[in-house]
Amino acid sequence: MTEALTLALVGLLMALAVWTLVARDTFAAVSGFVPYGLLLTLAWLQLRAVDVAMTEAAIGAGLTGVLLIAAAARLRPTEAPAWAERPGLPTRVLAAIVSAAVAAGIGACVLLLPDPAPTLAPAVAQNIASTGVGNPITAVLMSFRAMDTLLEAVVLLLGLIGVWSLAPDRAWGGRPGPAPTEDPNSILGYLARVLPPIGIVVGVYILWVGADLPGGKFQGATVLAAMWLLVMMAGISDAPAVDRTWVRLALAGGPAVFIAIGLLGAGVAGAFLGYPEGLAKPLIVVVEAALLPSLAVTLALLLTGPPRRKDGDT
Amino acid sequence: MTEFLLGASAFVLLTVAAGLVCILRGPDDVDRMMSVQLFGTAGIAALLLLGAAIGAAAVVDLALILAVLAAFAALAFVKAGVRPGADPAEPEDRA
Amino acid sequence: MKGILDIFTIVAVAAGAFFFLAGTVGLLRFPDTFTRLHALTKADNLGLGLVVIGLLPQMDGVMAGLKLILVWLMVLLASATVSQIIARALRRGGPEP
Repeated sequence: MTEALTLALVGLLMALAVWTLVARDTFAAVSGFVPYGLLLTLAWLQLRAVDVAMTEAAIGAGLTGVLLIAAAARLRPTEAPAWAERPGLPTRVLAAIVSAAVAAGIGACVLLLPDPAPTLAPAVAQNIASTGVGNPITAVLMSFRAMDTLLEAVVLLLGLIGVWSLAPDRAWGGRPGPAPTEDPNSILGYLARVLPPIGIVVGVYILWVGADLPGGKFQGATVLAAMWLLVMMAGISDAPAVDRTWVRLALAGGPAVFIAIGLLGAGVAGAFLGYPEGLAKPLIVVVEAALLPSLAVTLALLLTGPPRRKDGDT
Repeated sequence: MTEFLLGASAFVLLTVAAGLVCILRGPDDVDRMMSVQLFGTAGIAALLLLGAAIGAAAVVDLALILAVLAAFAALAFVKAGVRPGADPAEPEDRA
Repeated sequence: MKGILDIFTIVAVAAGAFFFLAGTVGLLRFPDTFTRLHALTKADNLGLGLVVIGLLPQMDGVMAGLKLILVWLMVLLASATVSQIIARALRRGGPEP
């Protein structure tokens, strides 16, 4: 039965992947991409990787799908000319062959792994007590490989700065996205009033439960960002101008706290991002609590796009 | 029980596949918007069944995240798919 | 006791699966987008509700059961509003299906 389910999942995944490639209309392709992400969530669950499944559901299906559909909507006027300019058949066949070769190579690598596959999991299991957290994923992300997490947070911030740099000169430092035209008393407004309180509780809960069970700050931050985006979509609140101080502080606060604790570790424990004896769990909690709002604001602003208008524009 | 739940999960997945064929082929963008909605309900059901079958208690938290995000994604799809000039959320009595 | 709970789970989940099937059949057979939206949201949400009720005995602990019900309520809320908004988008913006 497990095999049947796995086969059904794989078949459906391949079919959807092919669909998103051959669909003529970008909107149609993205409409297949979101279910694809959700199917991947099921696949990760089947592989018993619940943390990855959560991240896939939140980012891969949710946020990326929204990002792509917003891009597809903006690209709609250019679709016909773009379709006329696509590469010819020989180029596409060559691309298909190269892609298939890469996929076959990766598949071969996975299938030819020695049994048991080389892994650091036993080392993590031996040393997890020193971190004070029960979830091995969180221990790896926040303690053993905390440097990677710090760099991820900084990379997201740099990405946001890159998105902001696309603003036209006259809108520099202005508000992203179109001016809110939605009536706040519509059905969308109703949902944007009822869902965010629940969503905020869920987001903070996911952060909190990530210490010992699957979860963590990244998934929680995505839920919070989605709630803020919902409020902006419903016209209840306008996107903030990106030159506001509170925006800048919120964005930089999380990585700054992380770096500060890293330097503290360099002074006290002898290595950057080393945690002093016995203080590992409190420090991890502080870092995660600081990163949660920063990540949420970063993700939400990434999706609203570059600034397009300044206050006082008609 | 485990076998039954796995089978139920596979069954729901197959109904989703059949629905997906119809939706993605749909002649209009609106039909495609429904694909996200379909996964919001049936996808969560398949997820819960699979999680209960393999005994992962955290699947409920995963379903919580997915419920919130699927609602958000479906709304974003509708807003993006609306033709310019048509506001989908205007109240009925605006002429 | 466990046997009775298991039977309850099997019956509820089977009923839920049946409603999912009914929703998909509606999706495939109904003539236009409005009716298909109807089939999609109503039947599938009922199916999800029955699946949730069926899985309640399998959860260990009251918190897990409450979270499961919260999931169902959120999906209900989201489905109700999203289907309304899709229907309005169809009525106002798109061509007649």
